[in-house]
Amino acid sequence: MDTVLGVTMAGGFMAALGAALAWLLAVASKRLHVYEDPRIEEVESLLPKSNCGACGTAGCRNFAEELVAGHTEPARCTVNSSDMNEYIASVLGVDMGDVEKRVARLACAGGRHVARMRAHYAGLGSCRAATTVAGGGKACDWGCLGLGDCESVCDFNAISMNQYGLPVVDPSKCTACGDCVEICPKGLFSLEPVSRKLWVACKNHADGDTAALQCEVSCTACGKCVADAAPGLMRLNNNLAAIDYSKNALATSDVIARCPTGAIVWMDSGRATRGVAAKKIVRISALPVASEV
Amino acid sequence: MSLLSIFRRKTFARGVHPASNKSTAGTPLRRLPFAPRMILPLAQHIGKPAVPIVAVGQEVVRGQLIARAEGFLSVPIHAPVDGVVEAIELRPSARGPWTESIVIRTYEASTQEVRWGTPRDMDALSAQEIIQAVQDSGMVGLGGAAFPSHAKLTVPKGRKIHTLVVNGCECEPYLTCDHRVMLERTDDLMLGIRYAMRAVGAEKAVIGIEDNKPDAVEAVRAALPADGSIAVAAVETKYPQGAEKMLIKSALGLEVPAGGLPSEVGVVVNNVGTLALLGRLLPLGQGLTERAVTLTGPGIKRPGDYWVPIGTPLRHVLEWAGAEDVSEREIILGGPMMGQAIASLDVPITKGVSGILVFDRRAVKAESDRSSYACIKCGECVQACPMGLNPSMLGLLAGSSEYELMGSRYHLGDCFECGCCTYVCPSNIPLVQQFRAAKSVLRQRAEIAKAKIEIHESGERFDFGHAEGEERKTGGRRHPVPETKG
Repeated sequence: MDTVLGVTMAGGFMAALGAALAWLLAVASKRLHVYEDPRIEEVESLLPKSNCGACGTAGCRNFAEELVAGHTEPARCTVNSSDMNEYIASVLGVDMGDVEKRVARLACAGGRHVARMRAHYAGLGSCRAATTVAGGGKACDWGCLGLGDCESVCDFNAISMNQYGLPVVDPSKCTACGDCVEICPKGLFSLEPVSRKLWVACKNHADGDTAALQCEVSCTACGKCVADAAPGLMRLNNNLAAIDYSKNALATSDVIARCPTGAIVWMDSGRATRGVAAKKIVRISALPVASEV
Repeated sequence: MSLLSIFRRKTFARGVHPASNKSTAGTPLRRLPFAPRMILPLAQHIGKPAVPIVAVGQEVVRGQLIARAEGFLSVPIHAPVDGVVEAIELRPSARGPWTESIVIRTYEASTQEVRWGTPRDMDALSAQEIIQAVQDSGMVGLGGAAFPSHAKLTVPKGRKIHTLVVNGCECEPYLTCDHRVMLERTDDLMLGIRYAMRAVGAEKAVIGIEDNKPDAVEAVRAALPADGSIAVAAVETKYPQGAEKMLIKSALGLEVPAGGLPSEVGVVVNNVGTLALLGRLLPLGQGLTERAVTLTGPGIKRPGDYWVPIGTPLRHVLEWAGAEDVSEREIILGGPMMGQAIASLDVPITKGVSGILVFDRRAVKAESDRSSYACIKCGECVQACPMGLNPSMLGLLAGSSEYELMGSRYHLGDCFECGCCTYVCPSNIPLVQQFRAAKSVLRQRAEIAKAKIEIHESGERFDFGHAEGEERKTGGRRHPVPETKG
């Protein structure tokens, strides 16, 4: 009899304890409940989960929160297709927004067939490391070292190094996430809207004669593009042609026509067209190292 | 305790023992004639570049002020020759970026004598006035870091300095310029130490000299004042003994906290070359126009230590020292461990250059062509790192671009790039090179984060990339900053 009582009491006690704790949890879950918009979860599942940061937030979850809160627009996601962004807009009942596609662009055309090296660099094969050793040995201190830090940092395989050691961006794959902009030690990449077709593919600030010695496709600051462009569109800044993109509407391909080195180009769907006066370059082999330049 | 200390060798933990190759220690310092053109970069020191106060076409006199300091962390520049300012333009620098430089065409009749400067009575100056006089002299740390000396002598508020440590270690192989200065300018050195002690308010000074320079130890000991306030500590010959934190440990037994400055333990460290020149320049009221530089290596016919005018193009120095086929050589400015390989012969000798080493390219090529292998976790680098870091782990993280983790968990910021890890690595992994690259990424991220915060506060949306029309004028990049070392 005692055994039965003992078992019943123990069982009853445990059941009562369970009920009490369950009640506590039930109250806690009601009282301490934090409301989260279920749409955040839904929108997040529609995002690419690449966490690239191109939209300007810390990642896809953060972007979903911002979207639901109405702080940003679906079109800011450059990795999703526009169909998907439209679908997200319809789920949220907002306007998709109008964000112009931007792509990473390199402000250098000095591959090893046209740009001179003044010393051999034999160290670690990374542009960052090379830059810490006397700038990397390229005669033009501003130019691309061609060791491919940008190629390896790109999560979308949008950058590949060509035979001259210059990175080529595939505009269809580029999401403008900005990783290449960050990693390039020479600061040559920038994210440019595709409507900006006029482009100075050079950053050399040395005087014209020196620049011409260093690289055959450098801007020598001759000023022809400034003379040919609509007033105010182009100017010379420290021995380098610069474009005022606030006047981008005035840009025509006539500006590049007389450029003697082809440093200023017309970009159309990822292809750079040089002016008719630009010196034709037929060499494909690398220039020899010369310590004088 | 005192009995035991006789047997205790003054040194620090870990480090390496590279071959010293100090073959030029026996030859006296010589003078180098002026080059026909002198190139003076406005940014030869750490901090803000100086601002030119001369115009193109203006005549200048040796010793004359030609660029003034811009703010506190900056030093002025003085003309190294009599001549005329030919241009103020971008010129290549040893570290790579083209920087704004003053180019002076030297008059043939320019004398080695410095007539500019107003002599002053050093005993009448207060500590603050001494520090101002140091800044006016344009002095920077001549051990290689080129950190403005007056900033080093300015004690942070609330700290008290008990000892001035004078760095005469010269632990880098090949270099002997500090050694020669200690032998030949001993009296200047003592004066300089006195001025620095008064500037920081230290009661004692200890001169740390590696025990492979017994003649320097003897010479300096013989010149010590009778009051016993200055002492000489012969420390173990080991690299990097001349790094300031290592020397403080060796000479005084004090350890500077991670990420901290020597002033946290009441110490200020200065290089012997810096103090010897201060001892000469301050009473005369003159500026820094020349420095001792070691010219050595297998590719040089007349090796030795020279007084080189600041701004002399490297090509001129090499011609004078008899270096042949210079384009077929490997040339390093500074010591072989922490020095800077250069890519152009047209770079000038600046205030921070302590040595010019010319190696045969073929001999160096064999080394640089060695392939590197996977880390075998032998721990040699951990045994070598004087800062007590874990270079092996840092190397693995660098390989997978985990820069943030390297900085936060593995104290990358405490690495001063002495290169011991790379020196001992049996797998020939370029560790210190990876750390330099990682540090440059972290520095850039910190700058961008700062800019982001500023833009966020101003209410605009942050955009990657460069603002329109913003062009880099001098290259704008920052480079790793080595610590002082002798």
